Amino acid sequence: MKPFDEMIKIGGDVRPPYEQLKCWLDTQNPERLAQKTLDAENVFRKTGITFAVYGDEEAAERLIPFDIIPRIITGNEWRRLSQGIEQRVMALNAFLDDIYHRQEIIRAGRIPRELFIHNEAYLPEMVGFRPPGNVYTHIIGVDIVRTEENQFYVLEDNARTPSGVSYMLENRETMMQLFPELFQQIKVRPVETYPKLLRQSLAAVAPPGCKGAPTIAVLTPGIYNSAYFEHAFLADQMGVELVEGGDLKVENGKVVMRTTEGNRAIDVLYRRVDDSFLDPLTFRRDSALGVAGIMDVYRSGNITIANAPGTGIADDKALYSYMPEIVEFYTGRKAILENVPTYRCSEPDTLKYVLENLADLVVKEVHGSGGYGMLVGPAASKKEREAFALKLKANPKNYIAQPTLALSTTPIMTEKGLAPRHVDLRPFVLVSDRIRITPGGLTRVALKEGSLVVNSSQGGGTKDTWVLDD
Amino acid sequence: MLLGRTANGLYWMFRYIERAENMARLIDAGLRMALTKTSDAPEEWSSVLMSAGVKIGYDNKYNEYNASLVSDFLLRDLDNPSSVMSCVETARLNARMVRTALTREAWESVNETWMILKSTLAQTVPETDLPRVLDQIKRETAIIRGAFHGTMLRNEIYNFARIGTFIERGDNTARILDVKYYVLLPSISYVGTTLDNFQWESILRSVSAHRSYRWVYDVEYNPVNIADYLILNSRMPRSLNFCYSNIVDNLKYLAIDYGKRHECHDMAEGIMTRLENNEIRTIFDNGLHEFLSDLIYQTNSLSSKIAEAYNFD
Repeated sequence: MKPFDEMIKIGGDVRPPYEQLKCWLDTQNPERLAQKTLDAENVFRKTGITFAVYGDEEAAERLIPFDIIPRIITGNEWRRLSQGIEQRVMALNAFLDDIYHRQEIIRAGRIPRELFIHNEAYLPEMVGFRPPGNVYTHIIGVDIVRTEENQFYVLEDNARTPSGVSYMLENRETMMQLFPELFQQIKVRPVETYPKLLRQSLAAVAPPGCKGAPTIAVLTPGIYNSAYFEHAFLADQMGVELVEGGDLKVENGKVVMRTTEGNRAIDVLYRRVDDSFLDPLTFRRDSALGVAGIMDVYRSGNITIANAPGTGIADDKALYSYMPEIVEFYTGRKAILENVPTYRCSEPDTLKYVLENLADLVVKEVHGSGGYGMLVGPAASKKEREAFALKLKANPKNYIAQPTLALSTTPIMTEKGLAPRHVDLRPFVLVSDRIRITPGGLTRVALKEGSLVVNSSQGGGTKDTWVLDD
Repeated sequence: MLLGRTANGLYWMFRYIERAENMARLIDAGLRMALTKTSDAPEEWSSVLMSAGVKIGYDNKYNEYNASLVSDFLLRDLDNPSSVMSCVETARLNARMVRTALTREAWESVNETWMILKSTLAQTVPETDLPRVLDQIKRETAIIRGAFHGTMLRNEIYNFARIGTFIERGDNTARILDVKYYVLLPSISYVGTTLDNFQWESILRSVSAHRSYRWVYDVEYNPVNIADYLILNSRMPRSLNFCYSNIVDNLKYLAIDYGKRHECHDMAEGIMTRLENNEIRTIFDNGLHEFLSDLIYQTNSLSSKIAEAYNFD
């Protein structure tokens, strides 16, 4: 069956949100549009909006392909999505608070205790500790897919250090440079306030002892990290320092950065370094990316770390299948946004089912990310499936499986004109004194015909995402 | 207030941009000299390598000196940390590290230079193409300078960048003179031959001063004047006096900004005083080589003192 296309209905009519765009596209000279695609690429290259692919020496710095056809979401669709997202991030924070304190949800028998035992994402160091403002996950990227006009699913909650927001912003910037006339015709809700909101949001959760305007910094692993551009971009846009582990140390119970005028205390640290690298005294001893002793400063309430250590337990794939229960448990209402049905390979009967139906399923590693180590059943060869089945049998706990969803498509510009490709959507959410959701997000698109893998590390591209002001 | 690491990045970014440009000038001067020779001019090329401060690295790799080997080593060789390509790579790496401290124009100019030179220098540059490529390098670094001057706020960021530029430039000018001092020295007492004239011109050419020299001095090259021009003249943008006066000024702004003076301030001002209250004759009398090698040494220690004072050592 043909997947749902967000621009063209079955039968050939244009869906209403795309009408104006389609009219405009029809009047455009194809050569001019092809030129615009090249222009966009030049803008990205010139600005240095690149990302690194690990283990690929030649392509040390690559561009994420950008498609000039925007993906459009109506105001109504967005309202429903944002209600669902808001409910979900509230539940995620409540869950984190509970799981590091009274663990009511386990006592109530809604999720099994085993999920936390031996789970590296669950940090004993966080037990009994309440972060400033009682916020655990401040910055969240919720991956959403669509299969029909009114059917959205949450594919994944990124509650640790979600990336991609700089692409959302640069994609819009580039589109406005390339097609100013389009933005006059079509009213699109702005996304460019994100850095300002991020700053406000981070300032709102400064430690209680912080007097005056808090000093905020972004902690990056450094220029060789794949998302370095984004770290620099956000620090720049917020007007805060971009620091590395080597710039920081603990002094008189505070985390300080080494500056040209001596050491300065940091109040809020937006860290883009994983938990395990954050503090060599507490976590990985070989880490040079973090700050020795920062966990002690954190636990004595002298710095806010965003996102809090240990939030990974909330987006752990082993937990994902329990999200409907989690949302209902903490918000008292059914989840507005649905989960993708998920098979837990740790359960013997389910494992049997998954092995028998590998050809129709997507199997993911519980702790994997970025599309690495997953099997897309329908796209894999028999040999690949057999090899994967062996890995699966050897360590079933490590995997979950989901039906292959017929992801919606939107058109991209190809050499032969417009052609539909599968997309997903990652809106970005900020949580502090209140919840702020930027109208838009990062649309990732699988550029290969028929492909369902949208990850940039696997040849996916991005698009500007328009939420209509209607 | 800046991160120490950011100050370090700015300082080295601009040192390397300056160095890339100086390398292009040195090759240009070498080509000129070689043109006046019928042979391969191995001595000229060897002295170019010495001025560039990379002769040891070169000798480890090759055992003959000629235009194509030397220019390749100075332009493209990534084993040579001072080759134009290495400099541009390092400058961009530093620029990426400090990009939150740069305007969009300043960052993009460095990034574009890197993209352009990466492709220009991807293959060996044929000798006939050298003049064009050298021009291109100078043009690219000029664009970076333009974007920087045209858009950057005159604050501490600017000061650290400028200090890097002038430390590198001062070191470079002193080094060129020092390597060529044997050309200048014996000539005080006698009139130079035609060959010497070319050598002298090459000194001026390697700091792009062969035309402006004539506006200030005579049509004839004269070793005392050349040394005076490159050491003591306060308006010649690559002279030691000019470099140090800029280092002193920029350090002064930092002292005002931060409300604090450091050891490096006294040191820079001390060197500046020595340059201001000096006569070129005295310098020759006391030994040009001694003067220059001391200055190179002092510049080096000043560089460490600055890093120490501003927490980027």
